[in-house]
Amino acid sequence: MEQTYNPATRRTAHANPLAGLRVAITGGTSGLGLALVRAAVRRGARVAFVARNRERVDRIAAAAGAFGIVGDIARKEDIHPVALQIVGLLGGLDCLINNASSLGPVPLRPLGDTACEDLELALATNVVGPFRLTKALLGALAASAREAGTAVVLNVSSDAAVSAYANWGAYGASKAALHQLSRIWQQEISAQGLTFLSLDPGDMDTPLHALAVPDADRSTLKRPDVAAQELLDAIAGALAKRSAQSHSRGGAGTNVEATASA
Amino acid sequence: MIAARAPQRPSDARLLVIAADGSLTHAARTRLPDFLRRGDLVVANDAATLPASLHGVHCPTGAAIELRLVARRALAAGDLKHCTALVFGAGDFHMRTEDRPPPPRLAAGDRLKLGPLDAEIERMLFHPRLIEIRFDGSPAEIWAGVARHGTPIQYAHVPDPLALWDVWTPIAAMPVAFEPPSAGFALDWGMLAALRERGIGFVTLTHAAGISSTGDPALDALLPFAEPYSIPAGTARAIRRTRAQGGRIVAGGTTVVRALEHAAALRGTVCAGLGVADQRVGAETKLDVVDVVLSGAHEPGSSHYELLRAFADDLVLRDANAALDARGYRTHEFGDSILVERRSASHAAFCARVARAAA
Repeated sequence: MEQTYNPATRRTAHANPLAGLRVAITGGTSGLGLALVRAAVRRGARVAFVARNRERVDRIAAAAGAFGIVGDIARKEDIHPVALQIVGLLGGLDCLINNASSLGPVPLRPLGDTACEDLELALATNVVGPFRLTKALLGALAASAREAGTAVVLNVSSDAAVSAYANWGAYGASKAALHQLSRIWQQEISAQGLTFLSLDPGDMDTPLHALAVPDADRSTLKRPDVAAQELLDAIAGALAKRSAQSHSRGGAGTNVEATASA
Repeated sequence: MIAARAPQRPSDARLLVIAADGSLTHAARTRLPDFLRRGDLVVANDAATLPASLHGVHCPTGAAIELRLVARRALAAGDLKHCTALVFGAGDFHMRTEDRPPPPRLAAGDRLKLGPLDAEIERMLFHPRLIEIRFDGSPAEIWAGVARHGTPIQYAHVPDPLALWDVWTPIAAMPVAFEPPSAGFALDWGMLAALRERGIGFVTLTHAAGISSTGDPALDALLPFAEPYSIPAGTARAIRRTRAQGGRIVAGGTTVVRALEHAAALRGTVCAGLGVADQRVGAETKLDVVDVVLSGAHEPGSSHYELLRAFADDLVLRDANAALDARGYRTHEFGDSILVERRSASHAAFCARVARAAA
């Protein structure tokens, strides 16, 4: 038999834990997601990203050197076709970044003026969609973890997940639910080698932020490429930590508390 | 035995345990870990299932066809470009496969239009329904086309159309199977946690489970087709460690039996890597690796049933079938399960004596 590609050797052979890592990123054509796609490719990862607009997906896939997949995370029917394309194209999956987000009603408004449908859309995009995609990809992530000692799911969170900001109700409530899902996933499945991260990238100069706060002083906002590097550093840290553990403990995974800098 | 009705997995699924001494035990399938021991190793097939049924048109004649992808050249990631396919004429899964009309006369070079996908027949194989095709386009375009246009291969015994989520097991990872590796439906994440707590190991391999029926007796006689598989290094290590320490290897499905026994026959032990399982497992097969198999309940005569004869004597399987019938177990991929321990030497000798006495 011919020796096959072996993810177990990948992460010890390189000082850079992102080299060769198979990464999927949702919401990959604008703001933080686009910065994550570009930065992950630059750091040697093999990247597939998901977004709704075909023309933008094709353009950014070609420019960034990543696989582009057209799909809407808020639509149930899109999830398995998207998951199929991710694992088919990358040949498996080591890291999922649930980044795509919906603000809810735009412009922002108080809960009393928020249409129920706008809350539902925020929940579909920010909670149910990432849950469905994580479930569809759980088998691939667990297979990676069994072989390499670890796999990572990063759910992009927000300070609105824990602080009550007026007018941010739909977004804040949905991000709070996503944050709690991350923590419970971590409790339930870390023994299988998966690490769930729930991280707040901070207030960034992105199209989403411009929709929410049109008159913000952009000079005070974090650049998305800076935030993207910080998130990738956190993923690299989780990979390195788990890799060290899996070597010293003969492959047995241990609990790592879901971290949230909210 | 009763055919599966609903596409969803039954939450009240049952398990018939056929022990090494031939005794039978009925249980809820959720109790599976109770029949395993500390130090055993469960090996499952983590293949995800492709939406391998593609409806479209045979361009030279304009005739409607259904094309079912049935094999790939290898498990290489990213490449679906070259596939072996089985072609039917008009109609869909509601019609029994044996009643489906044949496709128009096919020839190498013919163009096929399958929804968003364009393909060409590269060559005809040894049967007028069996072809090799090449899809046009990049890997991303081919995967997108299959993901959007394809549906799971299914049969008339399940009347409702299946979605991908119906045919992906909870542990589904690499999309290389053409029909679900259905023993995986018996597993869930709660059960994996329970196995871990009890000191029972769990690992996976990836085996491109093929189709179970072509509707054509000549082709059906050739099933299962050769199926590529991949055994990860960690899985090979865990199998060697388990055997060295006296634990049992529990195969989650007939595909796992086929892959592990094929790998062991090549090297004398299970090594990591790629292979293509092309052997048949049956009554004459001497099992080198697998001690216990978890499977669906299958009718006598099917290739799945033949494989069970490597584990249990015909007398025992006959008793088991009578019990499955009497208790109304559900067959097929969405039904109930059986767990078969490899016959013990003393029980095999007993069965041989009974057979001689009867003869």
